[in-house]
Amino acid sequence: MKKKKSISYAKWGYLFILPFFLAYFVFTFVPQALTIYNSFFENYREGLTQVGPNFVGLRNYIQLFTPDANGSIDVLKYAGNTMILWVLGAVPQIVIALLLAIFFTSYRLRIRGQQFFKTVIYMPNLIMASAFSMLFFTLFSNVGPINQIIQAMGWSDVPIDFFAKTVTVRALISLMNFLMWFGNTTILLMAGIMGIDQSLFEAANLDGANAIQTFFKVTLPLLMPILVYTVITALIGGLQMFDVPQVLTGGAGTPNRTSTTLVMFLNNYLGSSKNYGMAGAISVIIFIITGVLSMFVYRSLTKKD
Amino acid sequence: MTVSDSAESRRAHTQLLVLRIIVYAILIFLSILCLFSFYMLFVNATRTNAQLQGGFALLPRGHFMENLRNAWTDASINIPRGLVNSFLVAGSTAVLTTYFSALTAYGIHAYDFKCKNAAFTFIMAIMVIPPQVSATGFVQLCYKYGLTNRYWPLILPGIAAPVVFFYMKQYMESVLPMEIVEAARVDGCGEFRTFNTIVLPMLKPAMAVQLIFSFVQSWNNYFLPSLLLTKAEKKTVPIMIAQLRSADYSKFDMGKVYMFILLAILPVLIVYIFLSKSIIRGVTAGSVKG
Repeated sequence: MKKKKSISYAKWGYLFILPFFLAYFVFTFVPQALTIYNSFFENYREGLTQVGPNFVGLRNYIQLFTPDANGSIDVLKYAGNTMILWVLGAVPQIVIALLLAIFFTSYRLRIRGQQFFKTVIYMPNLIMASAFSMLFFTLFSNVGPINQIIQAMGWSDVPIDFFAKTVTVRALISLMNFLMWFGNTTILLMAGIMGIDQSLFEAANLDGANAIQTFFKVTLPLLMPILVYTVITALIGGLQMFDVPQVLTGGAGTPNRTSTTLVMFLNNYLGSSKNYGMAGAISVIIFIITGVLSMFVYRSLTKKD
Repeated sequence: MTVSDSAESRRAHTQLLVLRIIVYAILIFLSILCLFSFYMLFVNATRTNAQLQGGFALLPRGHFMENLRNAWTDASINIPRGLVNSFLVAGSTAVLTTYFSALTAYGIHAYDFKCKNAAFTFIMAIMVIPPQVSATGFVQLCYKYGLTNRYWPLILPGIAAPVVFFYMKQYMESVLPMEIVEAARVDGCGEFRTFNTIVLPMLKPAMAVQLIFSFVQSWNNYFLPSLLLTKAEKKTVPIMIAQLRSADYSKFDMGKVYMFILLAILPVLIVYIFLSKSIIRGVTAGSVKG
């Protein structure tokens, strides 16, 4: 009986976490290693002929950063597009979410119907991005309802071609990203605000601080870790932006590839040409950017403990 | 003194009232912004192509069933097939993800072993790596070994889901007393059976939320499936919807197009309408610490 007490259950621990690590190894780690390996090889299909794989060292990376005939470097252009699209959607997203989180948690305002509002603003987050994009494409097309309204109101005689101008395409993509994510951010920030010790607000109130002072001196500093976490995870998410611009522009990043993102660029190389070398190099670049960003996330999280 | 006091409080009262009106106006505006496109989708799915070309309308018409029939029997886009395929992939992924995340979390939560902390740190570290980074190698392997147009390469990776793991781990820390596990051991219940018959039922609320989230995520997934599923009869819904975009747009019956989009989002929308409260609670529970 005594001996039984010292039974080690350690092997069960290993056994239970084994499937996770096995699946991770086979489906993520090996492909990841292969991706990096690929980036040093020339390996693509041209029509029916397969070129490579031949070891080419850093040539894929050099090609990626070599300006084309017009002097523009595609990968930088697409990284820039991704950044612009992200900023246009994320800045209003975080500002509005912060504002709503404060409204919802305010004891003075006592907002009614919170559950309803939260349900509505979170909903777009669950909607299939490709369907949502297709919906926006039909709504904003030349013969779509938005143009019908514009013409019926007499604001314009001819339909506005939303998909022909850089400004409007980017605005639409950002609007969609905003709609898909501001509810989610609101809910996260609300939880953050509710996690703040209530006595601090009472103390601020007793000391005669007004709402604006309380926000900047109490709420914001204490909310900082969560805010930083939210911003950086949003940034990592933004780096992966694909579905919305891909479907909205039919994969072309129209006009003139000004809405092509990094992952759309990657997707082009994985299409019929199966250019694993270039795709690998782009993936490595995305990986490095994410790695740097993740370090910030890790820092912001550990600082809180 | 009292006069100025009451004047002061009246002013504060008016201020609060004005503030409330502004706040509600903002909330209503944002709600309309969120709902408008979906309302238009619903309305336009009830109108014929001719009506849609004719102009804008705010109220639904009576052609819902007609559009549904047309969409359902369309020759080029087999939406019923797509829905079945998507249900198959998303359903299996959700079950695997939830079960194995709970199992992994329990392995780390309930047992002491040498690599426990290292394993935990590792899972947290890989959480932020975007899936697109492994996509190149994954696509290459699938083409090399003839695994395209099969579902299991899309389903099995769900076993390793760091975010769901983390959620489960957090949940166990708050609801799972180890005394129950000890008691089961004394009763001679095996470790694996303890997990399946005693621990899992205690995790029901967390399991339900994660089943929904992982189902939705897989249901909406477009990037990898679009690279791997090339045969028409294997395609999932997001791929079919994206195909609508590249088809010759002007020749389309628009009522049918709206119906396709509606069918793509309806399953998730229905689940959400019934379970929005617990879904919204689930958003926070896993991501913010204490």
